[in-house]
Amino acid sequence: MGRVIARDLRLAFRAGGGFGLGLAFYLILTVLVPFGVGPAGAELARIAPGILWVGALLACLLSLDRLFALDREDGALDLLATAPVPLEGVALGKAVAHWLTTGLPLSLAAPGLGVLLNLPWPGHLWLGLSLLLGTPALSLIGAFGAALTVGLKRGGLLLSLLVLPLYVPTLIFGADVARRGAEGMALGAPLALLAAVSAGCLALLPFAAAGALRINLR
Amino acid sequence: MMPDLGKYAAEVLTAYAASAVLLLGLVGLTLWRAARVKRALDRAEGRHDA
Amino acid sequence: MSIWSYANPAKFMATTRRLTPALGALAALCLVVGLVWGFFFTPDDYRQGATVKIIYLHVPSALMAINGWLMMLVASLVWLVRRHHVSALAARAAAPVGITMTLIALVTGAVWGQPMWGTWWAWDPRLTSFLILFLFYLGYIALWEAIEDPDTAADLTSVLCLVGSVFALLSRYAVNFWNQGLHQGASLSLDAEENVADVFYFPLLVSMAGFVLLFVALVLMRTRTEIRARRLHALRLRERMA
Repeated sequence: MGRVIARDLRLAFRAGGGFGLGLAFYLILTVLVPFGVGPAGAELARIAPGILWVGALLACLLSLDRLFALDREDGALDLLATAPVPLEGVALGKAVAHWLTTGLPLSLAAPGLGVLLNLPWPGHLWLGLSLLLGTPALSLIGAFGAALTVGLKRGGLLLSLLVLPLYVPTLIFGADVARRGAEGMALGAPLALLAAVSAGCLALLPFAAAGALRINLR
Repeated sequence: MMPDLGKYAAEVLTAYAASAVLLLGLVGLTLWRAARVKRALDRAEGRHDA
Repeated sequence: MSIWSYANPAKFMATTRRLTPALGALAALCLVVGLVWGFFFTPDDYRQGATVKIIYLHVPSALMAINGWLMMLVASLVWLVRRHHVSALAARAAAPVGITMTLIALVTGAVWGQPMWGTWWAWDPRLTSFLILFLFYLGYIALWEAIEDPDTAADLTSVLCLVGSVFALLSRYAVNFWNQGLHQGASLSLDAEENVADVFYFPLLVSMAGFVLLFVALVLMRTRTEIRARRLHALRLRERMA
């Protein structure tokens, strides 16, 4: 499993691997929002946590369709399926690699981008923390969606249609943590629920993803 | 015959009309597809038996 | 004689051949009686005026929107565990009916909300949950349409239905957490049935029965069509081989 993660990381960092595209997308989205909403600081501060969460979610979505599709095309997925590692482990490893290349950098970049949107001070910390807790769920759900659509020619659009409704609970809890953090309110409940969503996804979704992969590899 | 719907006539009638359109559309589509598939299957089975 | 004998397509077709039109006729009867009764022969609510008549469409369609998804969940489980093709096809047949019911509930809700709450759309928890349910139906149908091999499609949509059900339930509670909402309890809610006066309650019951029967009749009809389509597909493949 470690090898799967290491291999995906190497592929992502290589030229043309697509690492950084998600981050660039996130930056551009954050820059575009004030053009659409207007430069008033108070207004931006109010919507900043939500915008930054939705942006992170979309940036996560961006690289999902390559998660299994490339390996399927060059036959690596068939080899992985016959490898001594169970397919559940492969799916989990893929999701972890996806998180390391998108979710983690996004979470680290978000507090910085919060400055652009005039996010009030303690909010930066909570935004980063909520993304750190929530993006693993996004990657795992995404891996499940990618496993469902791996056999399809134009799976990308369908993938977002399938995955976005599944993102709803994570988004609600995560954005709520960030919003309450920015407004200085108590945030124990959404934080605990966000962690619960992530932990639940971590425990269950690798099995669902592996099941979908097995069906697709038949 | 028509009941007095008061000032909400437009809303009530819109709701009923929209639902009727949706339901009849669904029933219509279901029956149309059923008939089409049945015809095609009958033809194919005719060929098959012949 | 167990219920599993209906998993045999031939037996299913033979049984539903007469049953489906009968159920359809019964559904039409119930719907006409319930809606005509509700529309022409019930008084206006003292607070909501004539808009209360929308309840005969709104509540039954919402009921069937949720039950439709439940039925798909059960059918998907049966397919995954026992590999009965009729079950998978029934799940597929139910999805378009379910999404239409969701749409009716949303549209009638919007039309009702306009005069009562002063807005077509509010991010009220129940409204939002239904919108999310609509998206789940959409994704499920899209996945069925996208995959060519029927057995793969049945397997993958079943997995999606299972995972989707968990997340739909989770979303329901998340949305509640997120916004406490407008959906009034007392005067409208059927969770506490004694709050709805008998004059509204009986036509509503008939109308609900009508929607249930209509759902069953449509799903049976569509399942029959799906079975025929599957057979047609097999025949064509065989012709091409020969």
